[in-house]
Amino acid sequence: MFDNIVLIKSFKGSTLKTLFPLVAFLPTVVFAEIEYTGSAAVEQRYFFQDALYPQQERANLSVYFAPEAYTSFNDGNDSISFKGFYRLDQQDEERTHGDIREFKWTHSGDEWEVQTGIGKVFWGQTESLHLVDIINQTDAIEAIDGEDKLGQPMVTFSLFKDWGNTTVFVLPYFRERTFSGSDGRFRAALPVDTDNPIFESEDEEKNLDWAVRWQHTLGDWEVGLSYFDGTSREPDFVFTTNELLEPSLRPLYPLMQQAGIDVLALLGGWTIKFEGIQRTVMEQDYTAFVGGFEYSFVGVFDSVYNINWLMEYQYDGRDDITNVVAQNDLMIGSRFVFNDIDGTVILAGVVQDLDYSNVRSGFIEASSRINDHWKWRVDAWMFSSDEIAEPSYMLRRDDYVQLSIEYYF
Amino acid sequence: MNRNFLSSVTIISLVLTLMSYASSGHAQSAQEKGLAIAKERKLRDKGWGDSTGNMSMILRNAQGEEVERKMHLKSLELVDDGDKGLTIFDQPLDVKGTVFLNFTHAIEPDDQWMYLPKLSKVKRIRSRNKSGPFMGSEFAFEDMSSFEIEKYKFKYLRDETFEGQASFVLEQEPTDENSGYSKQIVWVDKKHYRVLKIEFYDRKGSLLKELVNYEFTLYLDKFWRPLRTEMFNEQNGKSTELITHELNFNTGLSDNDFNKGTLKNVR
Repeated sequence: MFDNIVLIKSFKGSTLKTLFPLVAFLPTVVFAEIEYTGSAAVEQRYFFQDALYPQQERANLSVYFAPEAYTSFNDGNDSISFKGFYRLDQQDEERTHGDIREFKWTHSGDEWEVQTGIGKVFWGQTESLHLVDIINQTDAIEAIDGEDKLGQPMVTFSLFKDWGNTTVFVLPYFRERTFSGSDGRFRAALPVDTDNPIFESEDEEKNLDWAVRWQHTLGDWEVGLSYFDGTSREPDFVFTTNELLEPSLRPLYPLMQQAGIDVLALLGGWTIKFEGIQRTVMEQDYTAFVGGFEYSFVGVFDSVYNINWLMEYQYDGRDDITNVVAQNDLMIGSRFVFNDIDGTVILAGVVQDLDYSNVRSGFIEASSRINDHWKWRVDAWMFSSDEIAEPSYMLRRDDYVQLSIEYYF
Repeated sequence: MNRNFLSSVTIISLVLTLMSYASSGHAQSAQEKGLAIAKERKLRDKGWGDSTGNMSMILRNAQGEEVERKMHLKSLELVDDGDKGLTIFDQPLDVKGTVFLNFTHAIEPDDQWMYLPKLSKVKRIRSRNKSGPFMGSEFAFEDMSSFEIEKYKFKYLRDETFEGQASFVLEQEPTDENSGYSKQIVWVDKKHYRVLKIEFYDRKGSLLKELVNYEFTLYLDKFWRPLRTEMFNEQNGKSTELITHELNFNTGLSDNDFNKGTLKNVR
């Protein structure tokens, strides 16, 4: 605003008159208010067992910084949002990494919208596994639950109608999955050579992927249908050796087509959730699904507490299950909501492999506010796996607990 | 004698009939009068269209310690159905940007969604959990949803003066079995049909909470809104104060602004 005044003073007479409409318009475009927010955290991990590999440590300290900025103009019909991310890790230099999670321009019409830039979208309804969610690559080095995603370059067009919300995605650039380095935990015996990925597409990471999704509410039902055609976000691995005969795994990203369905239904005290996919990749067709329910007990023992029970079954029909964790597994979990001022929540669960009785994992996530800016969080994972055929075998010594102190601004 | 006996029997039965008629008529009129007052209350608030507002919620425990929550709201009046509402959380900062979308329905449970910015996820939530606390406050989710005639059975109780204002006192019994209340006693002022006070009774019939509205302000020359609301929990001594800092009408909101597909853009 101050710059405007200086600008006006430096011009004279007629120039000023012609400039006036422009200057009057400027504050809403150029000088739109920018809102800065974000979060940062310190995370300390402690592993319960001695590591499998000599480079790995028992303790790890890590910090991250995630700034956000937002501005809107043209009466709120246009907006630009930015979400950055940078992590510094004590042990694993691969985990020290940055990403633009989001940097996009949104233009909204009456019943439509166009978004251009780097974005993040989420599809699906189930809790234990996200099968239909395919747009963003997993930032797998962040956490074992796979919920962290890398920003995806995209152009989208959405239509919001009585018959549902439809979005078409054009995805011009592929993001590779992140993997732990040799000093990091949660890794295979061989290092993943992320510098030399193999693509099925001739255009490599510049293959033009596309997708379409329709989502609608029908009374107590939420229904989504989706289709994706492009480079698979989930890599296979090719064993290779370099000139020094050191072995490594090169990620292989094939092309694939995927049709997906996701459903949520509210039936009495029950919430039914289901996701299913049909995928064609490397001349193989297979289906996978995850489905189950959540049941809520409200006001337990005359209190304000809620206890929700979750059970989900995971199935994957692939012939080669070397890289598939959720091929025939059952998750049982509980969410304990305190409904207190600090927003305390505890989530705990167990995933049992039904093919191998000695393969299971368990987790606890608890968090609560300290005040308006600060929050604590505890995450713990336990892996039990004696089965070499299961990918979880490589995590058998990676049981850990993590304490995080988060700051929001 | 016979004739006299007959006539006295006739008279007695006639009197009894009249009495029973009068008493049943009176009972019916308490419900009818209650319903009529509730309908007039709803009618007086018809036509406000749409609004945006800025609010704080002060949560106090029995020791008097307090925490402030901040949020802003967008609301749209619908003619044939309950209202639509957006609540955007501003404070505490870890939930900043979380959006709560509510489609109120008169008889059916409300449709509700939550947008979680961290996951970019729109989550359908169960509105049957209506007795649960809203943001850890003494307000339940059902206290935040719009007033609809079909949600209650009404009964006029008495006239009473509340803080100098001549009022009707009504009993309203929720029709939804998932409500956390067995009944509510409502004080409605006779002049403007504004809700001055509500007593909430829990499922066991004991007094649970008391709500009092303050600082009524007139908007668009027709609609009264309290700028301050106190909810006091009689059973645990906690209270929540809802303060409206700013309220605007005719803001140009339309149905498109209340779509779960655009929650990610809501600010």
